[in-house]
Amino acid sequence: LRISFNSPNFIVCIIFYVFLFFLFLGVWPLPQTLISSTERFHLSPQAFYFGYGRQSAAQQGCSVLDAAFKRYFALIFPDYTSDGTLPFNVDKQFTVEVSVDHNDCDGYPNESSSERYNLSVFSGRASLKAVTVWGALRGLESFSQLVYQDDFGSYFVNKTDIKDFPRFQFRGILLDTSRHYLPVQAILKTLDAMAYSKFNVFHWHIVDDPSFPYQSRTFPDLSSKGAFHPMTHIYTQSDVRRVISHARMRGIRVLPEFDSPGHTKSWGKGQPDLLTPCYKGGIPSGTFGPINPALPSTYHFMATLFKEVSVVFPDSYIHLGGDEVDFSCWKSNPYVRAFMQKMGFGSDFTKLEAFYMENIVNITSALNKTSIVWQDVFDYHERIPKDTVLHIWKGTPASYYAELSRMTKAGMRVVLAAPWYINHISYGQDWHNYYTVQPLNFSGTEEQKKLVIGGEVCMWGEYVDATNLTPRLWPRASAAAERLWSDEKQTSNVDMAFPRLQDFRCKLVRRGIQAEPLYVGHCKQEYQGI
Amino acid sequence: MLLLLKFAVLLLTLGLCQGNRQPNILVEDVEDVEPAFEPSRFGSLWPLPQKVKISQDSFKLGSSFRIVDGKGSSAGSSCNILQNAYRRYYEYIFGGAKRQGLGKNRRSAPSELTELRVYITSADSECDGYPSVKSDESYDLSVVQPFAVLRAPKVWGALHGLETFSQLVYEDEYGAKSINATAISDFPRFAHRGILLDTSRHFLPVKVILANLETMAMNKFNVFHWHIVDDPSFPYLSRTFPQLSQQGSYHPYTHVYTPADVKMVIEFARLRGIRVVPEFDTPGHTQSWGKGQPDLLTPCYSGATPSGTFGPVNPILNTTYDFMAQFFKEISSVFPDGYVHLGGDEVDFTCWKSNPDIQKFMDAQGFGKDYSKLESFYIQKLLNIVTTTKKGYIIWQEVFDNGVTLKPDTVVHVWIGSGTNEEMSKVTAAGYTTILSAPWYLDYISIGQDWRNYYKVEPLNFNGTEKQKALVIGGEACLWGEFVDATNLTPRLWPRASAVGERLWSSKDVTDLNDAFNRLSVHRCRMVERGIPAEPLFYSYCPREYKGL
Repeated sequence: LRISFNSPNFIVCIIFYVFLFFLFLGVWPLPQTLISSTERFHLSPQAFYFGYGRQSAAQQGCSVLDAAFKRYFALIFPDYTSDGTLPFNVDKQFTVEVSVDHNDCDGYPNESSSERYNLSVFSGRASLKAVTVWGALRGLESFSQLVYQDDFGSYFVNKTDIKDFPRFQFRGILLDTSRHYLPVQAILKTLDAMAYSKFNVFHWHIVDDPSFPYQSRTFPDLSSKGAFHPMTHIYTQSDVRRVISHARMRGIRVLPEFDSPGHTKSWGKGQPDLLTPCYKGGIPSGTFGPINPALPSTYHFMATLFKEVSVVFPDSYIHLGGDEVDFSCWKSNPYVRAFMQKMGFGSDFTKLEAFYMENIVNITSALNKTSIVWQDVFDYHERIPKDTVLHIWKGTPASYYAELSRMTKAGMRVVLAAPWYINHISYGQDWHNYYTVQPLNFSGTEEQKKLVIGGEVCMWGEYVDATNLTPRLWPRASAAAERLWSDEKQTSNVDMAFPRLQDFRCKLVRRGIQAEPLYVGHCKQEYQGI
Repeated sequence: MLLLLKFAVLLLTLGLCQGNRQPNILVEDVEDVEPAFEPSRFGSLWPLPQKVKISQDSFKLGSSFRIVDGKGSSAGSSCNILQNAYRRYYEYIFGGAKRQGLGKNRRSAPSELTELRVYITSADSECDGYPSVKSDESYDLSVVQPFAVLRAPKVWGALHGLETFSQLVYEDEYGAKSINATAISDFPRFAHRGILLDTSRHFLPVKVILANLETMAMNKFNVFHWHIVDDPSFPYLSRTFPQLSQQGSYHPYTHVYTPADVKMVIEFARLRGIRVVPEFDTPGHTQSWGKGQPDLLTPCYSGATPSGTFGPVNPILNTTYDFMAQFFKEISSVFPDGYVHLGGDEVDFTCWKSNPDIQKFMDAQGFGKDYSKLESFYIQKLLNIVTTTKKGYIIWQEVFDNGVTLKPDTVVHVWIGSGTNEEMSKVTAAGYTTILSAPWYLDYISIGQDWRNYYKVEPLNFNGTEKQKALVIGGEACLWGEFVDATNLTPRLWPRASAVGERLWSSKDVTDLNDAFNRLSVHRCRMVERGIPAEPLFYSYCPREYKGL
């Protein structure tokens, strides 16, 4: 009962699939260089080891890698159940030997962390070399994807040589925990899946108009009054620590966003006088607008809150939001208008917004944090500090290319999110759209293009909660992951990508991630939940 | 609808705040209406009963509350359907709440409701039967102290009444289970309220099918249209022709429905008052059949030689009809429902045209170049075969459009999205009963609250006499499987299909979108609480979020 959809392509893809299986062996996102042969080695879970190279700066006891070995053993051998009775076989053993140049085992990944790695698979061993433990994590992920099972359940890996590094440094996923509360479990599961697609930034849009689930230790009323429920729909300090630690173990940065001055309705419930009272006919109407930029108490509050945030979240970036500020309430308020006069802003409310943002950026700078803001801030106010990162979310390719040109010309670093608003769903294989984005296809010099530090997939929360988040996110976000990690020339064809992505999505399902299907077909092991 | 008083307290209050939308690229996507949740005077009833009267007097349901057979009911303790339902709804009502010991003191407190007494009032309760399109699904429910009373002529109505009763129960501010004094008189507007699931494009594990049957019962759906096979795969394990799934399924052991699986699905459905109507779609949509049944499909020709590919079922061979006769004989005994869906849609003629034997046959039959005549020839013979199995049949609209002679009790299934009203007029004018699916293709998705579109459909909004309109026996929400499998099926289906559920059950004048939003929001949280990952309508929260990650 369906107009045939894409079926000629489908046939072509099947043919490609057979061909590509040997060529790429299903590593997603595609490594920068991958050479493999048909020579294959048998792997046995009873004789498989991870170890540290003799020259490695990190040795046993490295929290990040020790935990990763345990994780990847289970991912590589999904059928293996240790009953403790099988003796490890020393004859045909296989060792993955990991060496890193820096011992950054106890640190956090940051904006300049190297994720480069080299992986060589030989008979009886594999050698994984990386600058940092974060690079080693990426290499372990690639290795785990190289292993496959034949029809009888035996595990194999082919002789392979990979030299790999990310095209973009910043590869993010935004989750919105304000429009719907996401249980911590849902966030942790997303972090797992992010690591499988080599994403490295979790942009936590933690609060917004509808609710304030972040439990602040300085201002507990924010969540006790502003969350959907003060006990069940909040993130406690230990929840946040758990998320950050889970992310760190997977080489993922946690970038918190406390969006202001707009998108702050829920803040007002627990913090009186923070929001601007709107007026109607000369008297307060009882409703509230954006944060009140005319009161000194606002900046005291924000400085105190961000001081807390800068301690709780170790990442060097803080997202300050700054998008979609509605001026009508400010305009209605006589005190705000008087402040405008005093400051000499005339009736240009963008100047008021710029004034506010400048103050907030100064607060975060004083805390030694890099600010990242939505593009609106730049659009209104081009004189923002040079080390601020700009985040593009609006428009068609033509308009975001123009924006990219303008911003990079001004010497600003940019993260691109506009083409990856994955909360927009439609019928069919929309991953094509996410895959075929060309982030650097704007007019500008080589220097300008270097200022594009990466991209981000945004899953806004209007229609998404724990019931449908995972299948909506995966494998659609994985399409963007390949765009942000891999070489564009090698990965520009959706028909070539289709069978690889299909294979990858079945791997996700096998790993317990309920990634939805791309099209008609099946996985050897289907999802076992409902 | 009778008028009613407001709820004092609601079971599941649900938060929705006013606020700006987050960044959106497409301006046209922005919702024109910002829904603001407020409790409905009908609480969380879904679909809305025909007559409801809820008073402010509330009673508590204590630990000693029981659902019991009423004295003189024609169904007793040997009625499996009811006994199973009592347990199911007891668990839904009391949720994960810690089982308290059997209350020693079963004397009722002043405002306690101690029992729900269920009476089946007609002599034949139909307890051991299967539901049919003619089943009486009506019930009356009266919640008064100290005993609530549910009366239904048949068990099918009692099942719906139990669901309704469970929807009336809420938690007061101290977490105690409460219910208001209520009088309900209810029956469905349409007899056929179906969900189509497609297990060919993606295999759905039995567990997923059962979970959705369970959810169908929560929404008073009563037909599971099982589009079990199609081009991509043939997961039905046939006892007569085991090669069909052996060769035609995605995997002959892990991706098939064994006879035991099918039996389990049918019984699970029966216990919830749901019919299982299997579809074996021919002559098109049959690529997977050809793998296990040589010579069934038409060999396509490229020039003068067979190209190696195959088209629809080969209508010119006697072996085709021998096969179909045996196959449908099996189907008619495996599936107890009175109807079988025979498909008949989207037949592509190019392969038939390419085949010289077919051309010869066309000439011999005097069909000229009109391949729809050949299609009709096939369908006619198939219908005759199925008629001998004593089953009624449902066919997609093309079969009617192509002028095939149909039995008067044939059900025509309207699915094509353009000219739907004209088609409904034509089919009913010809005197056939009709099912509507065209506006309810739930596999089509978009951002926003598309449930509103499904809700706004009025199935009888076509030109025709009252007699014609009476021929519309219902509708079906279809979730075709191109982009859907176990990973995303349930949240994609619910609560969007719930909108269709209310349209097919409730009175025609139940059209208030705001009231529907308020009830549906809480109903969706109830589904979540019952373990079903029903997706949100808009930003909001459920007191107990989905935990099945």
